[in-house]
Amino acid sequence: MRGTALRQRLAELRGPDVPAKALDARALAALAANPGCKRRAILDGAGVDKAALAGALGSPSAFGQSQFALTRGNAFEAKVKADGGAELLRLVHERLDPAARPPVDAAVPELSAIGPEGRTARTALALREATAAAGGWTLLDHPMLALDVAGSAAFLEPDAVVVHPDGSWTVVEIKSFPMLDGSADPAKVGAAARQAAVYVLALEEVAARLDPAPRVRHRVLLVCPKDFSNLPTASAVDVRKQRAVTSRQLARLTRIQDIADALPEGACFSPELPAEQLTAAVESVAASYAPECLAACELAFHCRDRSRAAGAVTSLGRSVRAELGALTTVEDVLAAARGETGDPRDPAVAALRRAAGLRAEALEAAAGAEPPAGLWSVPTPAAGAVPACR
Amino acid sequence: MSLIATLARLEAVATGRAQPTATVRHRRLSQRPLVFVPLTTAGEAGAPLGALVGTDRDAPRLLVVPQPRDRDLRFAFLAELADVVLPYIDSYADAVEAAERNETDPETGKRVKVEVELCADAPQLIVPSRAGVDYVRLLGRSMRFRRTAEQDPQTPYPAPPRVPLLGRWLTHFGERSRVPGSALLQAVTELLGRHWATGQSSLEDQHLGALLAWIDPPAGETGAQAALRAELARDADGQLLCPPAGPATDPAFDNKLLAPAIERYDRARTALAAAQDGLQADDLLGALTAAEGEIRALVSSRMLPTWDAVWRGLDLLRSLPEGAHVEERWTRDRWSFTGHRDRVVAGEPPQPRRDDAVTAANKLATREREQARLEAQEALDDPLVMAARRLAGEAFAGEVVDVVMAYGEGKRPSPRPLVTVRTEDLPHLAERAKVYRSLGGKPQAAEFVRWAAEGDAGRADGGHGAGGAGLLVLRIVDKMGRGKEPEAGSVPEKGDRLCFTLFEHEQRGGAKLPDPEETPWTHGGPPGEQTPEAPDSVTQEDLL
Repeated sequence: MRGTALRQRLAELRGPDVPAKALDARALAALAANPGCKRRAILDGAGVDKAALAGALGSPSAFGQSQFALTRGNAFEAKVKADGGAELLRLVHERLDPAARPPVDAAVPELSAIGPEGRTARTALALREATAAAGGWTLLDHPMLALDVAGSAAFLEPDAVVVHPDGSWTVVEIKSFPMLDGSADPAKVGAAARQAAVYVLALEEVAARLDPAPRVRHRVLLVCPKDFSNLPTASAVDVRKQRAVTSRQLARLTRIQDIADALPEGACFSPELPAEQLTAAVESVAASYAPECLAACELAFHCRDRSRAAGAVTSLGRSVRAELGALTTVEDVLAAARGETGDPRDPAVAALRRAAGLRAEALEAAAGAEPPAGLWSVPTPAAGAVPACR
Repeated sequence: MSLIATLARLEAVATGRAQPTATVRHRRLSQRPLVFVPLTTAGEAGAPLGALVGTDRDAPRLLVVPQPRDRDLRFAFLAELADVVLPYIDSYADAVEAAERNETDPETGKRVKVEVELCADAPQLIVPSRAGVDYVRLLGRSMRFRRTAEQDPQTPYPAPPRVPLLGRWLTHFGERSRVPGSALLQAVTELLGRHWATGQSSLEDQHLGALLAWIDPPAGETGAQAALRAELARDADGQLLCPPAGPATDPAFDNKLLAPAIERYDRARTALAAAQDGLQADDLLGALTAAEGEIRALVSSRMLPTWDAVWRGLDLLRSLPEGAHVEERWTRDRWSFTGHRDRVVAGEPPQPRRDDAVTAANKLATREREQARLEAQEALDDPLVMAARRLAGEAFAGEVVDVVMAYGEGKRPSPRPLVTVRTEDLPHLAERAKVYRSLGGKPQAAEFVRWAAEGDAGRADGGHGAGGAGLLVLRIVDKMGRGKEPEAGSVPEKGDRLCFTLFEHEQRGGAKLPDPEETPWTHGGPPGEQTPEAPDSVTQEDLL
């Protein structure tokens, strides 16, 4: 009953006749990276199209994917999965489970069904059958998994899930960035690992409903093009840490119900509303902006504007906050540094004043004609006499 | 980020303009740098789309790959790039001066001085951003194992001559850029970010346009407004007014302008290939040339703003005087350049994919040592950098209030004067801690003796009152000559303003590593006979 009421409420927030935008693993991983952001939680939970919303607010997002990358990515995934996933299963066997029997005649069950709920049920059924019929390999191509996120269901679609002969399950993530001489861009691998961790969590929910519960492997397989070719190569990635972090952050997410209850009556995020009304609605729920949001959230430019207008020091980076103690706005910090406000016994204030004094002294010394004798006058050492380092 | 740098950022927010975080320029800028603005194709590794390259800001050389997935066109691009970059590098290889180097004599095992050549100057590659530096490495990696038809007549898809050589040089530039303080390959965003603090986060500073907007905003605009325009403003076509500095392009550009243009080019090429007779072929060739011209214009329009921005950034950096120790670090770059020149001339194989244990350990040790050296030298060259060290308790400045002559307790009494310094800084001094000051460019060491008491405010415990000054006693221990009386000017005098550091000014090399043949088993044992690296496998279906 409560679920229906919430769904009704979230549909109202989205606006009449606006279809819900599905939460994907990428969005979930981003959400888990900033669990304090209620704004993102409610907008994602309600399935609001944040890109459209940002456009309507007058701060359009800069996200997009080049069709070149898309074509290349799709071609690579098709190549990896060709021939009933023979190459993919070979890589899983080689990298994760070399002791098992080689994957020949692997089963590739049909997973199509109507609607995400139907596909989720179909996937769960296929997983159960494959696990029961142990002894062979099974490849699930684009299965659908459901994960409860802050009180509403998110449907996730991993690239592939493999059932091993021993009945354990592995998440496979296919990416089109290259693995160069065995190593790939750490930032991209990190993003892929966080995404895969979300799938592992969702798979574990499916596994928990089976008896005996099959093991979901915490080492996922990351498949990438090798060097400069489009031949696939793979590496096992341990996602235990990402899984633990994501699981904790998802549990911490403020319940969407609570956020929805705190919203004013009639609040709505439909992109068709006038900008002032939308701004008011968006402002009615708190955000926690940090520069990292720019790479992960469509609404980031809007939140940045607001954060800057409020003079929040976090808009310069989360680390900045750490050394400023209780001072949270630019004006407060500068006033304290100038000695106009603040308690000099506060260590943060004292450090600020010393920093400001030293900075002013140094700039003065540099601007003045000659620095104090002997202080900064360092003659150039003889050139050509430093053979120690090549 | 030190509190002083944070403060500079906050001041930038308040004033709407970037604030200095350095009073001198801490990196060498060549008189004739080679600026390289590359663009790459989304989704493909090492598939260049185009580049602007050259030493003359008014005449960049435009290189474009009209169909980035065509292997031949890509090789043509790389060959053209080699025609620009290699002559530039060669122009520095010939002018040499004599220098000495310590080497181990293979027969006696002693360290002896050997006369060697050192290039009088070195080339310098400037790219727009950090991603550009990575791209130089990537291009280097993609080329250096390629085989030319001359090296290996059997090789499928041979590379044009000189392309593998360009790969080796770009790899060297990329590898050298990982050494702190080196200047052979530099990104303008990093250079600007080192010398100015903007009112935005360091993440946003990676956008060259936004960074320049903060440092040098147009008249009547604040840095924040100008930066926002640089980040987001689009024209009627939905294209960014300030295109990203690359190598990645804006997806909107790819989808709306580039993809249709490439499609037209592909169609024109197919039509030409299917031409029935010469007359028809002439027309179709014209169409193909037009399609190619269109792509060239498009790609160049995305790169020209970045090209201008890079030069503007260099102008801004040139307005700062060069730091005193920059020349010394540049000499190290010259050694690095000379060393690689010699390896190429000696016919050594390209840099391996993975370093052996000893090489890797050497590289890490070098980077650590250079990092420490850079930090010390920047502080010595620049009062603003020293201010951050003083705030952190790693240095202190003050006035000499008393000098008492004293002597050491050895058989031959040597001068060990006691110097009392009044400072408002709060150095973290342990008992008998060594401190250093610069004396004629050389470090003079002193030993911390004790905090002194001043009048009634007894602070023998070293306690500092809030905002008050402290007195500390130091014992000078070297650089005073051999005699009983210290040499003139080698002992501070009353009234001198001095700055002492707790860190050493010069870095000593670490323990020597074994030769590669002596690699211990813990590190994989001796690497054995080096097998030449195999070229990357190429297949017909690679969209190369």
